[in-house]
Amino acid sequence: MNFDYTDDQKALKDEARRFLSAVSPLSVVRTALENPDAGYDRALWQRIGEQGWCGAAIPEEYGGIGMGHVELCALAEELGRAVAPVPFASTVYLFAEALLLGGSDAQKSELLPQVAMGALIGTLAVSEGPGVLVPDRVATRFAGGRLTGTKLPVTDGMAADRAVVLASSDEGPGLYLVDLTGAGVERRLVSTIDPTRGAAEIVFRDAPAEPLVGGLGLLAQVQDRAAVLLAFEQLGGADRCLEMARDYALERYAFGRPIGSYQAIKHKLADVFVRNEVARANAYYGAWALSTGAPELPLAAAAARVAGSGAYLLASRENIQTHGGIGFTWEADCHFFYRRARHLGLILGAPRDWKRRVADRLELKLALETAA
Amino acid sequence: MNFDDTPEEAAYRATVRAWIAANAPDLSRLSPEERRNWHPAHKEVARQWQATKADAGYACLSWPKEQGGAGGSAIEEAIFNQEENRAGLQFTYFMTGLHMLLPALMEHNKDAASLARVPPAVRGEEIWCQLFSEPASGSDSAGVRCAAVKDGDEWVINGQKVWNSGAQIADYGMLVARTDPDVPKHKGLTVFWLDMKTPGVEVRPIRMMSGDNELNEVFLTDVRIPDSQRVGELGGGWKVIISTLMNERAALGSGTGLNWRDVMKLAGQVASWDGTALEDPAFREWLADLYVDAEAIRLLSFRTLTSLSKGAAPGPEGSAGKLLWSNLAQTLTDKALDVLDHAGLMDDPDEALLGGAFQHRFLWAPGLRLGGGTDEIMKNIIAERVLGLPGDVRVDKTVPFREIPNGR
Repeated sequence: MNFDYTDDQKALKDEARRFLSAVSPLSVVRTALENPDAGYDRALWQRIGEQGWCGAAIPEEYGGIGMGHVELCALAEELGRAVAPVPFASTVYLFAEALLLGGSDAQKSELLPQVAMGALIGTLAVSEGPGVLVPDRVATRFAGGRLTGTKLPVTDGMAADRAVVLASSDEGPGLYLVDLTGAGVERRLVSTIDPTRGAAEIVFRDAPAEPLVGGLGLLAQVQDRAAVLLAFEQLGGADRCLEMARDYALERYAFGRPIGSYQAIKHKLADVFVRNEVARANAYYGAWALSTGAPELPLAAAAARVAGSGAYLLASRENIQTHGGIGFTWEADCHFFYRRARHLGLILGAPRDWKRRVADRLELKLALETAA
Repeated sequence: MNFDDTPEEAAYRATVRAWIAANAPDLSRLSPEERRNWHPAHKEVARQWQATKADAGYACLSWPKEQGGAGGSAIEEAIFNQEENRAGLQFTYFMTGLHMLLPALMEHNKDAASLARVPPAVRGEEIWCQLFSEPASGSDSAGVRCAAVKDGDEWVINGQKVWNSGAQIADYGMLVARTDPDVPKHKGLTVFWLDMKTPGVEVRPIRMMSGDNELNEVFLTDVRIPDSQRVGELGGGWKVIISTLMNERAALGSGTGLNWRDVMKLAGQVASWDGTALEDPAFREWLADLYVDAEAIRLLSFRTLTSLSKGAAPGPEGSAGKLLWSNLAQTLTDKALDVLDHAGLMDDPDEALLGGAFQHRFLWAPGLRLGGGTDEIMKNIIAERVLGLPGDVRVDKTVPFREIPNGR
């Protein structure tokens, strides 16, 4: 039992933090926010690509570094902390993971090396509009090697070169690989509450598509793995919100005292700390399950996602509250985190979806325990 | 205890409901964007509606006729407001002036120049803003640094105000300034009213995190105003501030904005695992909790009204309503976005359900917990003024203002 990063992993994480504080200060997020058409920061994405981070968990045979998923979690935590406006999650946690698990050798050999060097942006396109995603009811259809339907919203849908798309077919629902730069694909930018992470509507009309292996089981696996990785982004963001709030509470005076000397503020920040610790504990357990392929992963991932989504939303909200009026302005940085908290909490399905999964998986766990 | 209308009240309600139906502006001809607060088209509709009400004797119903009101009762005014809200006519442009500032002006100033400002405000022709908060005086509302120095029969004002809602469109403002920094903080404050076009007044919009520009900074540089525009006693500003803030909380506590009806409408249109989100048992359970709080806010405003109708001033219990309402607004938007799932991110008024109202509200909601008294101040008021618990140990109350620690 070692419920912490190893020394090597800590060194990687420290290095990542130094690197990101140099190349991705919050002014980079502000620039992205004020240029919503860009969808992400190209220069930053290039720098991150040069670090080899996109290939951190991609095996060496496909051009990656093959470090493992705990290392990727450490990077995710730092990227979340920086609110980095890059298509890292879409490309690495969703697209690359889907290919690794469900791609043919040819698909992996062609695309994963490009992902690993930061030369290819990918995404996962599942949602078809308002409401919870019910995977076996999607309207998008795959038949005869072609895919037709509309996906909305797709994070990084404008920036991505390739997408893994959820569609139904005569063989049942599953995931399909589509070249977004090819024929039969039309896309447009859609405005979202976190413009630093661009989103698109993508319309497929007989777009050439290749099936991945695994059907809805593959989708669930990809979602579970991404849930853990995103939980680390959420954790990084939530920790930074708490630090910002603490720093401001020390500096701001009211009634002749620092506001941090009032229990109203102390207890608020202590509550945030507790939720962040809950998120951290569940995220670490998820990282262990992810990196070891443990059967606990589905439950651990869902718990990590529920805890992470809740913690980040609370921390980002109470950071604004602690800052008072100034925290509610465009000029302050607090809203970057509030927007990103909501973005991360929705892109893989809203908390109500994941809470349901927690309950379903608990039932399964109990049934297995009873049987044994 | 009786929540039913008396026969007279019911008759009055029927009359005003019919009148509103016959005279209400048609907001549906505005685009979703124009329908948002502070949009010029929205403001113009509000102004016309206020004038229509004034002509028919429905504006400031409970005020005396000589002040532009209708000489009605507080109950009649409440019934009219309820019917107005029911018809979806919630306009905030005149609230600061009519609910907070002008009652204080009328109470303290009897001169013709001051009272002449009242009738145009009642008709919506003149808008008022509040110039109280400052960068170092938010929750600490007696920490005002903006200085007013007497020069003959005039006051010369220098300082900076902030979070001034509507100052960009306001014709008049009510301002609090420090007239004596050598006495304890609450004793050295004085309130004034001024024309926002007075030389030396500069309004700069603040862009809020939602991207809207409702709030402003107001810079005052050698602004000269006559002593006749002083509101209340010299050094008596704190009393004036408290009465306007109580009015504000009572008004905010009555709960405007998106409500359970809107989230039900949304949930009814959004697919869920089985049927719509509205049919989801977990949603229904949440909805019940939401309704109980929302209904309490509405009913608590009746209680405020009951005490008003007995001639009492709005009390500290208004703080409970304000606290409930601002937190409810946050809960409501969170749930709506959850129900929309991935599409909860989409905020374009032309493509999001209900014109993107919930996404817009999501970016507004944090401000509701800050403006008009933060959550923390509301809780202190409840604990200290309602429950009678002792206040914090204060280091700033008895020393001269200029000696209070400020961290710099």
